[in-house]
Amino acid sequence: MNRRSLLAGATALVGAPALIRPAAAQARTEVQFWYGLGGQLGEVVESVIKAFNDSQDRYRVIGTFKGSYPETMQAAIASWRAGNAPHIVQMFEVGTGTMLGAGPAVKQVWQLFEETGVSVDTSQYLAGVRGYYSLPDGRLASMPFNSSTAIMWYNKDAFAKAGLDPDAPPKTWDEVIAAARKLKAANATAVPVTTSWPTWIQYEQYSAIHDLPFSTKANGFAGLDTELKINSPAHVKHTTRLMEMAKEGLFRYAGRDNAPDPLFPSGEAAIAFASAGLRGRVAQEAKFAWADAVLPYDPEIKADPINGVIGGASLWVMTAPSRKPEEYKAVAEFFRFLSQPEVDASWHQRTGYVPITQGGYELSRKQGYYEKNPGADVPIIQLTRGTMTDNSRGFRLGRFVEIRNIIQEELEKGLQGQQTAQQAMDNAVTRGNRVLREFERAQRT
Amino acid sequence: MRRTIFDDRLLPYLLLLPQLVVTAIFFLWPAAQALRASVERQDAFGLRTEFVWFENFTDLFADPLYLQAAWNTVIFSVCVTLIAMGLALLFAVLADREIRGRGVYRTLMIWPYAVAPAVAAVLWIFLFHPQIGLFGRMLNGAGVGWDYKLDGFQAMLVVILASAWKQVSYNFIFFLAGLQSIPRAVLEAAQIDGATPVRRFWTVVFPLLSPTTFFLLTVNIVYACFDTFGVIHALTQGGPGKATETLIYKVYVDGVVNLNLGSSSAQSVVLMAVVMLLTAIQFRYIERKVHY
Repeated sequence: MNRRSLLAGATALVGAPALIRPAAAQARTEVQFWYGLGGQLGEVVESVIKAFNDSQDRYRVIGTFKGSYPETMQAAIASWRAGNAPHIVQMFEVGTGTMLGAGPAVKQVWQLFEETGVSVDTSQYLAGVRGYYSLPDGRLASMPFNSSTAIMWYNKDAFAKAGLDPDAPPKTWDEVIAAARKLKAANATAVPVTTSWPTWIQYEQYSAIHDLPFSTKANGFAGLDTELKINSPAHVKHTTRLMEMAKEGLFRYAGRDNAPDPLFPSGEAAIAFASAGLRGRVAQEAKFAWADAVLPYDPEIKADPINGVIGGASLWVMTAPSRKPEEYKAVAEFFRFLSQPEVDASWHQRTGYVPITQGGYELSRKQGYYEKNPGADVPIIQLTRGTMTDNSRGFRLGRFVEIRNIIQEELEKGLQGQQTAQQAMDNAVTRGNRVLREFERAQRT
Repeated sequence: MRRTIFDDRLLPYLLLLPQLVVTAIFFLWPAAQALRASVERQDAFGLRTEFVWFENFTDLFADPLYLQAAWNTVIFSVCVTLIAMGLALLFAVLADREIRGRGVYRTLMIWPYAVAPAVAAVLWIFLFHPQIGLFGRMLNGAGVGWDYKLDGFQAMLVVILASAWKQVSYNFIFFLAGLQSIPRAVLEAAQIDGATPVRRFWTVVFPLLSPTTFFLLTVNIVYACFDTFGVIHALTQGGPGKATETLIYKVYVDGVVNLNLGSSSAQSVVLMAVVMLLTAIQFRYIERKVHY
């Protein structure tokens, strides 16, 4: 074989798929989907996207990991301002208030379904999930995707080592302290107790399950003129407790947002408050016996704690100057795909996020998932217990990302011993309210 | 001397054009935008804009957190500059002597400069992280309550050390070059007069190094104020609390994270004014006292 025929052969090999590909690519409408889940969760997102792309040949969803939730949000807003926003962006629940005020930048999903004629039965979504992402009149503003709640993870081996019953996790905060003392005394793990998402779990969820207002006006659902209420005696007492536990070496503050997540699967922390969405990672990485339980509570504040609030994220549809109806249609079809019970159930079981549709929950039950995975229904139990009140429906604060950071900063200063719990919470309220007033003003002009 | 004179009046402008275009697009235009945004208040998406005169500025100077960030910046810049320049001078003097393998020392000294800020920060995390860091674990093992993620003083210490470490190499090169350009004759004359090495350094070497020192002082202050974002971002994100939030980091937090463009722009304008002032002072006042 001489050089020329080799070359010709190579050209033919390379050229052949190139000839076929453009035809197929032209037929497919492409949709950009930015998401904020890395690691194991990101892999599951990609597999869901792949399943959609394989299920039909008209549309292609292209997923891009954009960093953490706040980074994804910043990227989406910046790209909209530059005129090339992605079609779909995964927005964590604290961004909901900001996105609802985004006017022409987003196309709310009720409108998307109306315009494209794609019908998705939105009533099949669980009430708590639907409520969080709906307008006051019940129309769905964004597509529910990954919903979680905060739960307690604990290391059963460490419990056994400390002489605690591995099958009886602490139920109240007093029991948590008692358990932490034993864990510390037995030196079972380096850190007895830690928490991910300090604001979300120790203030938002804590308020919800105790039926305490996090802010006025039904946590912002009833109006933009909402004011933070987290300097109430109950919140200050909880903050004092965290500070005292830290001083005693029972509690370690390990960073903001989900930075403390690795401490539990690595076996460093015996009790960790974190998202239910950590389940997939714990199952994959933990080299010890573990279990999950509902969040502890304070019986003197509320004897029968009510439902926790969902966290996680939803999918928002964004606009761009050159976007064609066909592209919106593709987005709607992708959403319809996601709403199927099989997709929902598989997502739920592979990640630890709660099922968001009735169908997904029933299918998981029928498949025997909860018998095979004890504790997988803990987040569902916590989300559905009691009667939902204005304090446990959710949070709709503008610029909530900033407010969460403010609360974390003031808590950090408190834990450093620079201020008392009362001062920390008062400062958080003062600073947070200033942000809320600025958001209110910007919305009205 | 022969002077080149262009007959064509257009040609010089044409030759300058690329540089002027770059300056206009990357410096003047963004600066003008910042000036405009600093007197406006806008929501995250840029949908609603309100002209507020100087409200962003008055809010800024009434905000104790802004003043704290300014104070953090002063402490941070002074420490970084002193440590980076002091160590570099020490190393340069040592490496300037006749010692075996000094080429190797000099090369090794220059390496850290090639390390990107984020990578430098990761190296320091591996050293000082309370749980996974080498020294962090040693300190905790020795009973020092080391946790820079929760102790503002320790956090400041770590970002200062990491930032200074990165700048030592740069200063080292300049100091070494400065030392080598000092005429031997002057030093020998001092030696013959019976001056001790320490005395020779302070009375002969150090004054003759003053142009280098002055240049590095400017460069280091600018570095500490503006180029340390990467190190702070990777190490502490301005925390804990707001212990390591410098002015430049606050511009980022308010503008990019909190999407409060009005306030962020106002802060940029303040920084712009500070830089102009610093430069003016340095070149008009200090430069006159430098021995060349």
